[in-house]
Amino acid sequence: MYGKGIIKGLGVTLKHFLDTYVDDIRVGKKRYTEEGVAYRSSKDVRGLFTVQYPEEKLPTPEEFRFIPFLVYDEGEDGEKNIRCTSCGICSKVCPPQCIWIVRSEDPETGRPIPEPSDFFIDVDVCMNCGMCAEFCPFDAIVMGHDYELAVYDRLANNIYDKDKLLKPAAYYQAIRPVNYRIQAEARAEKEAKKATAQSKKEA
Amino acid sequence: MTETTLAIANDIEARFPQCVTPDERGGYEGYLIEAGKLVEFATALRDEFGYDFLSSVTGVDYLPDEKMEVVYHTYRSTGGGAFVFKVQTPRQTPSVPSLCGIFPGAEFQEREAWDLLGIHFQGHPDLRRILMWEGFEGHPLRKDWKEAYYESDAKPFDSRWPVGEIYRAEDENPFKGNVVYPQGFDPDKWTPEGETALYAGMHEVETDEAMHTDQIVVNLGPQHPSTHGVFRMVATLDGETIVKLRPVMGYLHRNHEKIGERNTYLMNIPFTDRLDYLSSMTANWGYVQAVEKLLGPKTAAPERAEYIRVIMAEFTRISNHLMAIGALLNDLGAYFTPMLYALKERELILDIFEATAGSRMMCNYYRFGGLARDLPAGVYEKMRDLAFERLPRQIDELDRYLTENEVVIARCEGVGVLTPEEAIAYSAVGPVLRASGVPYDVRRADPYGIYERFDFDVAVRYHGDVYDRYLVRLDEIRQSIRILQQALDDLPEGEIMAGKPKYSMRVPAGEAYGRVEAPKGELGFYVVSDGSANPWRYHVRAPSFINLTALSKMCEGDKVADAVIILGSIDIVLGETDR
Repeated sequence: MYGKGIIKGLGVTLKHFLDTYVDDIRVGKKRYTEEGVAYRSSKDVRGLFTVQYPEEKLPTPEEFRFIPFLVYDEGEDGEKNIRCTSCGICSKVCPPQCIWIVRSEDPETGRPIPEPSDFFIDVDVCMNCGMCAEFCPFDAIVMGHDYELAVYDRLANNIYDKDKLLKPAAYYQAIRPVNYRIQAEARAEKEAKKATAQSKKEA
Repeated sequence: MTETTLAIANDIEARFPQCVTPDERGGYEGYLIEAGKLVEFATALRDEFGYDFLSSVTGVDYLPDEKMEVVYHTYRSTGGGAFVFKVQTPRQTPSVPSLCGIFPGAEFQEREAWDLLGIHFQGHPDLRRILMWEGFEGHPLRKDWKEAYYESDAKPFDSRWPVGEIYRAEDENPFKGNVVYPQGFDPDKWTPEGETALYAGMHEVETDEAMHTDQIVVNLGPQHPSTHGVFRMVATLDGETIVKLRPVMGYLHRNHEKIGERNTYLMNIPFTDRLDYLSSMTANWGYVQAVEKLLGPKTAAPERAEYIRVIMAEFTRISNHLMAIGALLNDLGAYFTPMLYALKERELILDIFEATAGSRMMCNYYRFGGLARDLPAGVYEKMRDLAFERLPRQIDELDRYLTENEVVIARCEGVGVLTPEEAIAYSAVGPVLRASGVPYDVRRADPYGIYERFDFDVAVRYHGDVYDRYLVRLDEIRQSIRILQQALDDLPEGEIMAGKPKYSMRVPAGEAYGRVEAPKGELGFYVVSDGSANPWRYHVRAPSFINLTALSKMCEGDKVADAVIILGSIDIVLGETDR
């Protein structure tokens, strides 16, 4: 029969239409909670997928990468111990070359100090590839999760300097708990090895 | 070189004793052909030796040797390895006979080589610029050409460790010094020569005086909702019938290959994401495969990485085909209902990419000798849910509401037909080729990765029209689900990287051509290394670009409204077409 295919197709769209209501009733008030958002991006959803951004936001998975930031560990007196040693691997590996590092020098001896005196990332140029974080040997640069970065004046705001890039290790731990744990364990292991080697040497 | 290609090589050497010499440079393969004998040789290769599929034509600028080289990669449409041949020509006056008469699929690729490298192809029917604009001076892929905002020859740039203040390249503006204008150029009086040539070829006034009819030339695009980007078709119409159609492209051109030649090898991986931005995983794979060929067997990816590579590539194929089908239905006028149903499923796949690779579309996930990272917790279960439960169900639904729809059939059947012979001659690849009845799939014809281990059918349909291209995509989604189910069941534990990840590496000198079956067809990367940290030549054989060669053939004789769906059925992405 001519038109059978069209009717069948319309049946499917009608089913989709009804499913949105069935879904609404089934999920009920939970729909507009975090649980509801998670449900809407799960395999079981049959109704609407739509997430009402910005009122609702999809959770960002741990590996999500956007703009890199620099990690500092908080010292006992609240001082910031920057992990970066200004080795320059991140700026060497950066595909669009958007990282600039100014190395520190001891004002008296002129010798380099393993800490950047300044650190810039041109956010307009950054392509969010995550290579800097991937190859950083000191876990000092990490890809952030913050994606709402619109500004009115890109020339004034979009070269991030060291102050803007620095974030505490606790924040890193909060957004990337698994990576943080793995790296912390690896570092602790390394320290322990060093310590035993040192004590053996002394003995 | 396999045994069969070796046997053929002996035959060819016997057949052309003087003018064919093996390429004996270290790390190179194939043969050097004398320019004068090229057409005769290519004809014999196609007709006597069965290498009827010209995959890639590109040029290389060997500046230190004062030579230009044109590299041809040919395959048999029945499967097997490549036969590579090259023609060398002096750099001052580079000129090579055109192969358009033997392989019509060379047309756009030779135009590209002319545009970007300035190699002249004698006998080419339409040798105009293709990616650059018509008034452009110079050939940007030549090694001595410098672009605006030029900083230095190769990355990493020294200026990244500044003393004092930092500046952007734009602030310093070395733009003016690098821009070369043609002699006597006056922007007010200038009319693009290529445009005139384009229109002159299009407009043919009908001679029948009694009828008082005339053909008209119509521009579809560059800004047109049907073009899926910035793409233009110039069509000569007789009434509503297309008499002639020429695609015009390059609006998104950014000289990807020049950027690639200044990047280090590793830096190129995220750039390949930006080619076909709907299927970045396979683009990663193609490039990584080419460089792994250069690096040799010691960088072979571990077992688990190979499986994950396949899984990611097949998910990419599904998401790409869903998008292609949705967009095709949009072009047909079924506005956004099928598109959004398709996007829903794609969304779930992109969630997996986001959780694993960190980004939904710019995945940057494959590395030389493995992958960037292992699957995070919970992703494997999500994959299983999709591959075993949700996708089969949803694809059946897609099939149910679209395939038998009378309007879809009426619009698509018998439209944009490409016969198998034409499809091979025009170097069409992917679903376009397979819908024309040629069961050629790189995964089966020239297996890479671990595809040999999986049980799947090469989707093939035989009418070569828009409807069959739609059906082939649907079939391919089903086959991908089959591969996914096997790969997910067999996924072993273990490492995901051969050795320690390295950010700088020495790639031995030589050349390599890596090709994968991307969702849009055969995606090839031709990489030439001179042993330094940056590739000497980096060429992308883009399926979207080369499939367009056959567009005018498919459109001729059809109605102007059909041009829109024929373009939709090829499934192009302009990021890859224009590079």
